[in-house]
Amino acid sequence: MPGKPSPIMKTGLGGYILSRIATLGIVILGAMTTLFFLTQLVPGNLAQVLLGPRATPAQVEAFAERMGLDQPVYVRLWRFFFQVAQGDLGHDIVTGRPILDMVLEVLPNTVALAFAAIGLGLLIGVPLGIYAATYRGSRGDQLTAILSVSIIATPTFVVAIYLLLIFSIWLHWLPVIGAGEPGNLVDQLVHLILPATAIALGWIGYIARLMRASMLEVLDEPHIRTLRAYGVSSRRILWKYALKIAAIPTLAVVGLGIGDLLAGAIFVEIIFARPGIGSIIYQAINNRNYPVVQGGVLVVVLMFVISNLIVDLLYAWLDPRIRRSLAEAGPS
Amino acid sequence: MRILLARIWQWPTGRLGLMCVALILLVALLAPVIAPYGPNAIDVKNRLQGPSFTHWLGTDHLGRDLLSRVMDGTRVAVLVSIAVIAIAATIGLLLGMIAALAPRRIERIVLVIFDIISAFPSTILALALIALFGTGVANLVLLVSLAFVPQFGRIARAQTLAIRNAPFIEAERVLGASHGRIVLSHVLPNILGPVFVLASMNIPVVITIEAGLSFLGIGVPPPLASWGSMLRDGYTYLNQSVWPTIGAAGALTLATLGSTLFGEALRDATDPKLQGVS
Repeated sequence: MPGKPSPIMKTGLGGYILSRIATLGIVILGAMTTLFFLTQLVPGNLAQVLLGPRATPAQVEAFAERMGLDQPVYVRLWRFFFQVAQGDLGHDIVTGRPILDMVLEVLPNTVALAFAAIGLGLLIGVPLGIYAATYRGSRGDQLTAILSVSIIATPTFVVAIYLLLIFSIWLHWLPVIGAGEPGNLVDQLVHLILPATAIALGWIGYIARLMRASMLEVLDEPHIRTLRAYGVSSRRILWKYALKIAAIPTLAVVGLGIGDLLAGAIFVEIIFARPGIGSIIYQAINNRNYPVVQGGVLVVVLMFVISNLIVDLLYAWLDPRIRRSLAEAGPS
Repeated sequence: MRILLARIWQWPTGRLGLMCVALILLVALLAPVIAPYGPNAIDVKNRLQGPSFTHWLGTDHLGRDLLSRVMDGTRVAVLVSIAVIAIAATIGLLLGMIAALAPRRIERIVLVIFDIISAFPSTILALALIALFGTGVANLVLLVSLAFVPQFGRIARAQTLAIRNAPFIEAERVLGASHGRIVLSHVLPNILGPVFVLASMNIPVVITIEAGLSFLGIGVPPPLASWGSMLRDGYTYLNQSVWPTIGAAGALTLATLGSTLFGEALRDATDPKLQGVS
C-alpha cells in the first residue's frame, strides 16, 4: 500500500533481521515436514519400495522395524526433526553410509561450481551491462541485447552439451569429465572451466540486461545530472557514483536466481560427470534411494533459503534509503 | 486482443517472439500431417545419418527421422507447458483470491504454504516429486504445476487486495450481490490480465523444466518424443554423431527464446506506463 511504512521501517534493522530469521525457521520446518510427508506418500509400502521387488516379506518387516517405519507418523516426523537438528540426515539404504558424510564430501565441488559461475557472470555481465547503458542504442548495445536474451533462453544443459562437444570432443582443449584430482588445484580449476562457463553464460546475459536497465535509470537521476553539470568526468560518474546505486537491484535479482543456479548445477554435474550434490541426488533417484533424495534435496533447500536470506540482508544494508529509514526507526 | 497483438508487433523483438510462437503452435497442431515419417518409425540400417534430402535433420541411433521426432516433440512441449500453466494458474487464482478475501487466519495459512513451496527451487521440487511419485505425462504435468502455484497465487492475491475495496465492488455489495457473484463477475475478470502475463512469461520456464526432466530420463516416458529425451539420446551418441542433439537443441532454443520474447512483449504491451513507447 502506498504511504504505509514497510515492515523494515517500523522495526529497525535488528527487528528486520529477527523477523526474517523467524520466517526462515518456519519455512525450513515447513519444507522439512513437506519432504518428510512426500517420502511417506510414495505409492506402495515404503519398506518394500526401498528394498525392491525381490525382498521377502520377512526382510521387509525387519527393514521396516530397523528404519522405524512401523512407528506412527507423528513419532517418525518428530524423530526426523530431531535427527536433522543433530546433523543426521539418515543413511544410504544401499551402502549404509551416513548421508551427511556423502553430502559433505562433494559439497565443496558444488559450492565451487556455483561461486565460479556467479563470479564469472558478474565479472563479464556487469561491465557488459554498463557498456550497453553507456552506448545506448549503438550496434554494441543491440548486439549485447540480442546475445543476452538468446543465451538466457538457452537451457543450461543444452549449453553444457555444446561446450562439451566443442571444447572437449572436437578441440580436445579441456577435460571431458570429473572434478579433477583431489589436492591438485590446477587440475581442479581446469576441470571447473567448462561446467562453470555452462552455467555462467546465462548469468552473463541476465546480469548484463539487469545492469543495463538499472544503470539507465540511475544515469537519468537528478544527482547524476548535477555531477555532470559540475564537470565530473563520465568515467568517474559511471564507476564511482552510478555503479554503486545500479548494483543494488541487480544484487536482489541475483539472489532470486540462486534456485535456478542450483538446479543448473545439477544438470551440469550430470553432463560433466562431476561429483556434487546434483549428481548424488540424480543417482539416488535412479536407484530409488529415497533417504538420499530426501537428504540431498533438504541440503539444496537449506542452501537456497539461507543464500536468499543473506542477499536480502545485504540488500537492506546496501540500499542507503532503507538504511536511513532504519536509522530513523532507531534500535529495536 | 487485436490492439494487444498490434502493440506486440511494434517491437522487433515482439515480432520475432510472435512469429516463433506462431510457428511452434502451427507445428504442434499439424505435426501428424506435415511430418515426413512416423516419429517412432525405426530404420536401423540408416542410423545416425547426417542431414539429407530424405532425412532433413538426419536420423537418431535407431534410424528414426529426427525432423519428424522434433515435430512430435513440439506437440509434447506445447501440450505439457499449456497444461502445467493452466493447472497452476487455476489453483493459484483460487488460493490467491481465497487468501485475499477470507479471514486473516486462512490468509496466513495460504501464504505460509506458498512460502514453503517457494523454498524449493522449482526444478528441484519437480525433480524430487517425480522421483518419489513416478514418471508419466500425467504425473509430470500435475507435479510440475505444483511448483508454479505460489507465483500465480501471490499475484492473484495482490491484485484482489488492490481491488477488494474499490468503489464499484462496494456498490455491488451494497446492492446485495452475493460473494460468489462479486468474485466471478467482478474480481476475476479484473485480475486476469496480470495472471495471463505471468502465464506467458512462465511458458518457456516450463518448457525448459519438461525438457530438463526428460533429459534426466524422468520426464516424458519413451517412446514419446520429447526434445529433452532426444537430447539425452543424442548426448549418449555424441561421439558418433552430433545431429541428434542439433535438431532438438535448436527447437528447444527457438521455443524458449520465442516464448520469452513474446512474454516480455506481452508484459510491456499491457504495462500502462509503457504505452506509446516503441
